[in-house]
Amino acid sequence: MLFLLPAAFFFLLYLVVPIPVSGYYSLFKWDGIGTLNFIQLDNWKRLLSDDVFWLAVSNNFKLVIISIIGQIPIALILAVLLTRKLSGVNFFKTVFFIPMLISSVAVAFLWRYMYDPTFGLINAVLEGIGLESWALSWLGDTGVVFYSIAIAVCWRFIPLYMIIFMAAISGISEQLYEAARIDGASPFQSFWKITLPLLLPTMINAVVLVIVGSLKYFGMVYALSGGGPNHASEVMATYMYTKSFTELRMGYGSTISLSLFLIAFVVSVFFLALTKRSIRD
Amino acid sequence: MATSNWKSKLSAGLIYLLLLIWLIITGYPLIFMLQNSLKGNIEFYTTPVWSFTSFRVDNYQEVITSGFYWYFINSIIVCTAAVFIIIIAASLASYIIVRVDWQLKHFVYLLFVAGMMIPIHSTLIPVYKLTLSLGLYDTLAGLVGPYVAFSLPVSIFILTGFMREIPREMEEVAFIDGANYYQLFTRIIFPLLKPAIATIAIYNLTLLWNEFAYALVLTSSPEKRILTLGLFEFQSAYGVDIPKTLTALLLSVIPLLIMYIFFQERVIKGMTAGAVKG
Repeated sequence: MLFLLPAAFFFLLYLVVPIPVSGYYSLFKWDGIGTLNFIQLDNWKRLLSDDVFWLAVSNNFKLVIISIIGQIPIALILAVLLTRKLSGVNFFKTVFFIPMLISSVAVAFLWRYMYDPTFGLINAVLEGIGLESWALSWLGDTGVVFYSIAIAVCWRFIPLYMIIFMAAISGISEQLYEAARIDGASPFQSFWKITLPLLLPTMINAVVLVIVGSLKYFGMVYALSGGGPNHASEVMATYMYTKSFTELRMGYGSTISLSLFLIAFVVSVFFLALTKRSIRD
Repeated sequence: MATSNWKSKLSAGLIYLLLLIWLIITGYPLIFMLQNSLKGNIEFYTTPVWSFTSFRVDNYQEVITSGFYWYFINSIIVCTAAVFIIIIAASLASYIIVRVDWQLKHFVYLLFVAGMMIPIHSTLIPVYKLTLSLGLYDTLAGLVGPYVAFSLPVSIFILTGFMREIPREMEEVAFIDGANYYQLFTRIIFPLLKPAIATIAIYNLTLLWNEFAYALVLTSSPEKRILTLGLFEFQSAYGVDIPKTLTALLLSVIPLLIMYIFFQERVIKGMTAGAVKG
C-alpha cells in the first residue's frame, strides 16, 4: 500500500484537490494576495451575464467543429495513403509527424511570422501569384483571426490523429482486402466497405479526443493572439488566464476555471457513454 | 492487363501527388524557419521570405551566446526530474493496482485514469496559491509537482496495460522462495517493465518539454523560465529581429527532433498509446 503513496500524493495535491478549491474560491472576491471577501454566488451571477465568457465558450465549440471537420478527414486520408505499401512512404510519415514535436508556443510564433501582414509568408505568396486582394491582416482582423488560429491548430494536431488512424489501419487483417480484391472490389470500394466501417470505433475515439482537446486549448491561442483583438479569438482558458493572472481577479477567474472543468467533464462523460454504447452495438 | 497496369500507375501517381502536397504544407513552414534564420535582419526585410539568400550562421552563434542556452538547461533540469519521479511513482502505483489484490484497486485505477479528463487550466489558481505557500514560487522545483501530477494518469494507464500482459509465474516462484513485495518489484517487475518505461519516459519528455501553462503561472523571473517561456522572453527582447527569433524557435525544436530521429518508433508508439485512452 505504501507503494501507492508517491503517485497518490502528487495526483491528489496538484490535480484533484484544486478542483473543489476552485469551487471554494469562486465564492469570493479576491485578488490572490489579500483577504478573501465572501460574496456568495455573485461571481456565478456575473458569469451568466458575461458576454465575453459566452463568446469564449462559443469560440471553444466553434474550434471543436472546425477541428472535427478539418483534422479527422485529412488525418484519415493521410493515414490511408501512408499505409499503402509504396516506396518512400516512410519518409513522408517521418516528416508528417514533426509538427507534433514542436511546442504550441513555437508553432504559434512560427505561424505568427507566416501570417504577418507586411512581411509574412502567406501574404507574400498571395502577392506573388497575383492575389493581392486576398492578402489580409490574418491575426489583426476580428473576423479572420479565429480561423487563422484554427488553421494553425489543425496543422499541429493532424499528425496525432494520423498516427492513431495508421495504428488502427495496420491492425486490420490483410486477408479481408485480399478477399475483397478476389471478389473484384476496387480499392475505393474496399476503403468504403472494409476500412471505414472497421475504423469507426477509432474515429469516434478520435472525435472525443478532438472535442476534449479543443475545449482546453490555451497555449497556441495565447501565443498567437492572446485572445484578441477585442476578444475575437478568446477561448475559456485564455479568458480565465487574463482575468486571474493579468487583472488579478482570482475569485472570478476561479469561477471561469470551474465552469471550464464542468463543461469539459460533462462533454467527456457524455461522449464516453456514447462511445461505449456505439462500440457495444 | 495493360489497362490495369496503367490504372495502378495512375493511382500511385495520385497518391504521391497528395503526399507531396501535404509534404509542402507540413515541411515548408520548417524550411521557412531555416531559410530566414540564416538571413541578416536588414536582408530579411529586403529579400523575398521564400528565398535562400545567404547562409550566415551568425544568428545561431548570437542566440546561443546571448544566454538562450540557459532556458535549455532549465528545461532539461525540470523535465529530467519530473520524468524520473513519474517513472518511480507510476510504476509503483501500477504494481499495486495490477498485482496486489485489494478491494479498492479498480476504483483507484479508474480515479487515476479519470484524471486525464481534468483540464489543467482548471487547476492553475489553486496550484499557484499552493506553490506560493510552499515557498516554491518562481523556482524550478515548483514546476516538478504539477508536471508529475498531470503526467501520472496517462503513465499509469500505459504501465498497467503493459503489466497485465506480464505472466505471473515468476513472481509466484519468487514469492514461495520468500521474496517480499519490495523485492518482487525491484527484481522482477521493474526490469520486465523496461520497454513500457522507455515509452512513458519518451512520451512525457515530449509533452513536458513543450509544456507552457504551468510554467507561465508558476515562474516569473527570466532566470527561472523554461524553454517555451524563454521563447516569449526572447521574443520581447529581440522581437524586431525576426531572423534571430526564428533561430531561437528552430533551436528550441532541435532536442526533440534529435530524440525523434533516434527513437521514432517509440515516440510514435507513445503518442498513440497516450492518445487512445478511452
